[in-house]
This record gives sequence, C-alpha cells and structure tokens, in this order.
Amino acid sequence: MLSNERQISHGRRAWLYLWTSAVLAFLVAPSLIVIPMSFSASNLLEFPPSTLSLRWYASYFSSSEWMRATAISLSTALLTVLIATPVGFLAAYAVARTTPRLGSVATAIIVLPTILPHIVVAVGMFFVLSWAGLINTITGLTIGHVVVALPFVFVVMLAALKSYDFSQEKAAVSLGASQFRAVIDITLPQLKMSLITAALLAFISSIDEVIISMLVSTGSASTLSRRMLVSLTDVIDPTIAAISTLFILVTVSVIVIVQLTGNRSALVPGGTER
Amino acid sequence: MSVAAGASDAIVPSQARADGHSSAWAALAFPAVLIVVGALVIPVLVMVLLSFVDSSGSISLANYWLLISDPSLPTVIETTVSIALWCTLLCILLGTPVAYLLSELPQRVAGLLLIAVLLPFWTSLLVRTYAMLLLLQRRGLVNETLQSVGLTTEPLQLAHNMTGTVIAMTQIMLPYFILPLYVSFRRIDRGMMNAAAGLGATPVRVFWTITLPQARSGLLAGGFLVFVLCFGFYVTPAILGGGRVIMMAQAINTYLGLYPNWGAAGALATVLFLCTLLTLGFMRLCMVYLTRKRTSSRA
Repeated sequence: MLSNERQISHGRRAWLYLWTSAVLAFLVAPSLIVIPMSFSASNLLEFPPSTLSLRWYASYFSSSEWMRATAISLSTALLTVLIATPVGFLAAYAVARTTPRLGSVATAIIVLPTILPHIVVAVGMFFVLSWAGLINTITGLTIGHVVVALPFVFVVMLAALKSYDFSQEKAAVSLGASQFRAVIDITLPQLKMSLITAALLAFISSIDEVIISMLVSTGSASTLSRRMLVSLTDVIDPTIAAISTLFILVTVSVIVIVQLTGNRSALVPGGTER
Repeated sequence: MSVAAGASDAIVPSQARADGHSSAWAALAFPAVLIVVGALVIPVLVMVLLSFVDSSGSISLANYWLLISDPSLPTVIETTVSIALWCTLLCILLGTPVAYLLSELPQRVAGLLLIAVLLPFWTSLLVRTYAMLLLLQRRGLVNETLQSVGLTTEPLQLAHNMTGTVIAMTQIMLPYFILPLYVSFRRIDRGMMNAAAGLGATPVRVFWTITLPQARSGLLAGGFLVFVLCFGFYVTPAILGGGRVIMMAQAINTYLGLYPNWGAAGALATVLFLCTLLTLGFMRLCMVYLTRKRTSSRA
C-alpha cells in the first residue's frame, strides 16, 4: 500500500524533482565548469574550449610569485594542521568526558570563530599582531588560521568520541595501563579515520582562508588566496582558472577520502543525523 | 567557510554518561580555549575598547562621529542589510523544497545527492566566486546561452552589480540553509505524516500543517545563519560588485587602509560585531520560544 501511495505522489511531485535538480545543478555546475575552461587556450576562457592547452597551468607553475604564495599557503596550512589537530582532539576529549555544564562552556568558546564575521576577527588580530610585530609573518598567519581550523577539528572529533565506548579505556586502566597509555594505545587507533578527516578539513580551511590572510599578510608574505583576491579585484589573470581547478581537485579528493573512510556525517555542519 | 552555528546545540551532550564524567577532564580543553581566547576574544575586545579611544589617547566617541559624518556609510549599511535579506529570502525559496525532497528519499540516495550540497560547501569561497563571475559576466556562459537560444538580444547585466552579488552570495549560502533544514526534516516522525495522509489530507496540506511546523527550528536556524553570515561578506561583493556594491566588511577594509589611526575601522567592525551578536541573541530567543511552545502543546 505504501509503495502505491509513493507512486502516486511521485507523479504529483514532478515539479519537486525538477526544482531540486535545478538547485543542485546551480550549486555544483559553476565550480565544475571552471575545470574545462582552465584548459582553454584563449585569454577569454571559452566554454567549451575551442583549442585545448595547458598554458594557464604553465603560467602558474612558472611564476615565481604564484609559487612563493603557494609555498606560504602550504607551510601555513601544514603548521595549522599540526597545531589544530592535537589541540582540537584534546578539547573534544575533554568535552566528551567532563560534566555537561563545563562541556557546553568550552564548546561555546571553541565554536566562536565559526559565527563571528572573519573581518571582525581579522581587524582584532590585525591590531594585536601589529602591536606584537607579527604582521607579515608565518607565525602571525598560523595563529589566525589555527583559530579558524580549530572548530572543524573539534566538531569532527567530538562526534567521533560521542559514539566511542570509553569503558575500553577503563578496562585498560584497571588492568594497569596509565591513562595516557590507554588513550594512545586504545582510543587513538580506533579514532584514526576521524583524526585524518579532522586534519584534512583543518588543511582545507587554512588554504581557503582569505580575510585574515588579507589583513595579516601582505607583500612578499602573501598567501595564495590573498594573491588570488588581489588579482580578481584588479585585472583578472586567467591563471586563476588553473589554480581554481587545483583547489577543486583538493576539495574533491578530501570529500572522496572522507566518504570512503565512512565518516560522512563529519562533513555535515551541525553534526550527525541523530 | 564555517561550521553551522547550530553545531553548538548538536554538540552539547544531551544526556550525561553515567560513567567517567568529571570536571577534572575539562583541563584538557585548556589549550584550545586559550588559543581562542588569546587570538580571538581578547583581540576583538581590544578592538572594541580601542574604538572608544581617539588619536590623542583619551576616551571619546570621535571614531563613531567619523563614521556618522561619512556620507557614504548609510548606503553601505543599506546595501548590506538588503543583500542579506535578499539572500535569506532566496535561500528559503530555493532551498526548502530541496531539503524536503532529500529528507523524503531513501538514506542512500539522499546521501549521494547530499554530496552535491557538500562539494560546494567545502570548495574555496574565492573559487566559487570566480566561477560565478565567469558564468555571469557580460560575455559569460549564461549570457552567451541566452542570446544563442534567442531569449535575449542584448547581454544582461548580471555581474559587476547588485544582481550578480546577490546571485553569487545565494549560491554560496545555500548549503548553510539546506543542511540544517535537511537534518530537521529527517528527524520528523514519519508516522504522523502517514496518519494525516491516511485520514485524507492532501500532500500539500500534510506539508503545511504537519511537516513544516515541526521543521521550524531548522528553518529558523538556517534562515538566521544565512542572514548573519551575509553580514560579514567581503570577497563576493568585492569581486562581483565591480566596485559599485560596498558592504560593511569592504568599508572596514577601506578605512583600515585610509586612516593612520585605524579608529574608524575598529568602530565599524565593532558595529558589525554588535549587529552579529544581537541577531544571534534574537535567534536564541526565537528558538527558546519555539521549543517552549512545542513542549507545552505536546503536554
């Protein structure tokens, strides 16, 4: 009977299917169309490209300015991952095991960077970092990016820890292991996939960050995203199509890895579907 | 790019685990809390305090007078608010049917289709804005297609103005709206919808009287989230506005470059910060009101 009802509603809902397909296409198509355009030989980046060429990729990889910006972005992202992942994990572990009241206070503070406009955070950091003499340094930039990346690590690890059975750790402790050993030998190996997801999301959030980078790093210390922004608001360099394609490639591979490791809910902001 | 504000609700443990809960564990959160307080809370507070100090170092409202006397500022605020309202409205219109249909589909299919929402969510904001520019510009794909099909003779002005900014920002904000609403549609008990249908309600009626009211917290969370996040946009209006669309974040950056004492930038950033806090506080109030109403009507 249910399937019968379903079939009737399928027909009536044709508009709903059409609407949804149109909106999903609106969401995905623009970014995907950049990929073929980046292989266009012409300055106008036609779609579909009339002649294929790798000239924009060549222009990216042969430009010392783009390469320097890439190096700054990658090293900042790497440092961010190295700091944000363990710190975020510890915080999630703390919130999972402490009293609900303390846990919610810590949570409220750690997710702050996701709700405040980045420009507000960036202006505050700009004032403090210029006072500390850390403007245009990788140190200053990394501090900013760690703040942005922390909530992502925290949310992913907390979701993982909430479904984790802590009695395993207790068993290890009661058998004589130290609490530290129990976490290292029992808990961490089981949370490996979530840790990888968290680290990847921290990496993406760092290389994508624009606003803090814009205010905190200028001149020769510019990140890739800052250089792209400057070019996009001035004379648009088609090289950006090639760089964008590389960005999309990184995002797609991260999502594929996360999906394959069965950590799908980590990608959905707002947590698990429970 | 950011995690939904609604996350804080989902994260707080709903029921205390009987075993192993102790306040001592909270110490492990110290490094994270220290980083956020040291690199975000204190700098923002310093910024707020500095906005009340003039260039000679005494307490005054000079920076705010500077803002009020700037003739371009009312336009900036009006632009910011109207863009945020347009994007919220468009997200509700475009996104609600999508979230609803995804929640009705079998989990496996919905999971696959959700990738189409998550992929843009995790794609760089700059890349997505650039992609929208390539599509919407004068000789972009949209205009070329419309002309070759014969729908228009002249290229439409879809970029370098308000229209382009709103289209692109809606595209960027849609996942923030669809995802929380999808989650709250999924939570609704199917039994109630089936019962209403069994008693003769039309699908449209079931949706308006049973489904939508139960998903209102998701609708509200998504709507407010879009509205609040739109307030702080910099990249998209800067690229798709063609210099004609100036939102608050751009004005802050301009002040920061123009004035030696950065005072006006701090003052405007303080205004933006307070607007965000007020909107979030208002959202909290609405949520509390809704949950109270729901529990009392159930009792």
